[in-house]
Amino acid sequence: MANKVLVILEQRNGKIKKSSFEAVKVASEISSRINYETEAVIIGNNIENIEETGNYGVSNVVHFRNPELENYSTSAYKKILLEHINSTNPEIIIIPGTSLGKDLAPHISAKLDCGLISDCIALNYTNNELIATRPIFAGKLLADFKVTSTKKIFVLRPNVFKADKISDMKADVKTIDVDNLDLSTKVIEIKKTDTKLDVAEADIIVSGGRGMKAPENFKLIEELAELLGGAVGASRAVVDAGWRPHSEQVGQTGKTVSPTLYVALGISGAIQHLAGMRSSKYIVAVNKDKDAPIFQIADYGIVGDVFEIVPAMIEELKKVKSN
Amino acid sequence: MKIAVCINHVPDTAAKINIGNDRKSIDTAGVAYVVNPYDEFAIEEALKTKEKFGGETVAISLGSDANKETLRKALAMGIDEAILLKDESYRDSLSVAKALADEIKSQNAEIVFFGKQSVDFDNGVIGQMVAELLNYNSVSNVIKLIIEGNKITAEREIEGGKEIVETTLPVVITAQKGLNEPRYASLKGIMAAKKKNIIEKIPANYQNNVELIEMKKPASKQPGRIIGTDASAVQELIRLLKEEAKVI
Repeated sequence: MANKVLVILEQRNGKIKKSSFEAVKVASEISSRINYETEAVIIGNNIENIEETGNYGVSNVVHFRNPELENYSTSAYKKILLEHINSTNPEIIIIPGTSLGKDLAPHISAKLDCGLISDCIALNYTNNELIATRPIFAGKLLADFKVTSTKKIFVLRPNVFKADKISDMKADVKTIDVDNLDLSTKVIEIKKTDTKLDVAEADIIVSGGRGMKAPENFKLIEELAELLGGAVGASRAVVDAGWRPHSEQVGQTGKTVSPTLYVALGISGAIQHLAGMRSSKYIVAVNKDKDAPIFQIADYGIVGDVFEIVPAMIEELKKVKSN
Repeated sequence: MKIAVCINHVPDTAAKINIGNDRKSIDTAGVAYVVNPYDEFAIEEALKTKEKFGGETVAISLGSDANKETLRKALAMGIDEAILLKDESYRDSLSVAKALADEIKSQNAEIVFFGKQSVDFDNGVIGQMVAELLNYNSVSNVIKLIIEGNKITAEREIEGGKEIVETTLPVVITAQKGLNEPRYASLKGIMAAKKKNIIEKIPANYQNNVELIEMKKPASKQPGRIIGTDASAVQELIRLLKEEAKVI
């Protein structure tokens, strides 16, 4: 009988990522609602903070270990997980929606022939059924879905579910050394970009648009982002113009983001851009056109020249910080 | 070598999307449709692969007669053959993947391109599902691709960087923006595409594992305050972010 919620954790450089703790929290809430057990599984080599998962509500973690598993491999990771799922038979599988989770989840769904809902922003029980809400059309609409197969996979959008510690409990970790790895797909190298934070994971995003006028002016945006501890984002127009890399693009053909604070500088707010960032908790906009659509969804707006206002924001923040 | 590219017909990204009366589909009145933007990168990569290694390209789309417009665009760009898997019913991602996998198998395609996601339902899962169903290798979110003989080296975008992945054929690649610059269809291509036949097939009907309950509008965000019109407003803005929103 399946009576387990399995949560798949992710590590990078030997550390469990924040989105995995968010997933643990969601998994343990579901388990306690329906009186199931929660189990977590993680694949990697040496991982520092596995026991910490206990703080978020999971008491058992299975760690599959091999030096070759330090970096992601679609083939190796899915083989290990499928074997584990087949032997432990969990009913609900929760996966953080990072680039790794989004790659892995559909393989597992297809192999197990079970329903998968990606990019969930809410999971609620309604009439004893687990209903997932997710954005469609890049957030122009939301939709409710349910999985009808016995096994159910939910992939969570990072940064939406909060990972608050609920106890000081340490998780029991069972380490299994694995061999017979299937390395038919293998990451041979990871190249980091210069920017420290990715928009998909950042809690604060400072984005620039065409109103920044030239690529070199983005140093203002970079400085402000650094002061705020946030990531640099960009509108499609500036990415298409080659001013900024595509990895920074926010919007319908870029990344859909949900940070706590989104600062839109010189961005007028095309429908595709608004779709990608409208679920941000607080939105600040600076634009010289008072009729720009961005002001329709901004919490705080300044109608004015970015080249006057952004340097003033940088100065003011420095002052606030030094106090 | 047979090269397949799976493409979708989606509302233009600039379209305002409204919910239909059944609450389970969108109101298509006045909505312009386009080739799914990510699929344009997939089509371009299929064409480049053929130019380099020879072979034949086939575009496959599942949907209604309207999808022919998108298939026609692929033909105009230079794709050799187009197949419409005609089905208008609601299918979940896995059911779509099964129908596409059946067709790719019958085509014996060794390399299959997808856009990394379709900008309507935004699931981003079908390419990897097809790979699994066919027992092919896969790399998702690809921004650079090198094929040498049987060997594939791909760069995929991840948070804060990229992974260099090695694998072998047969393979499914899902294309991310940045992989290439999609070409424009030439006038000659457009004329030739008009004459080409789009093959229609009825795909097998697979059971859905995911049920769509209803679509909703996101809570509308109230426009906030305009704090000022020059740099003198900055001090107040920072105060509000600190004390009212408590975000800095």
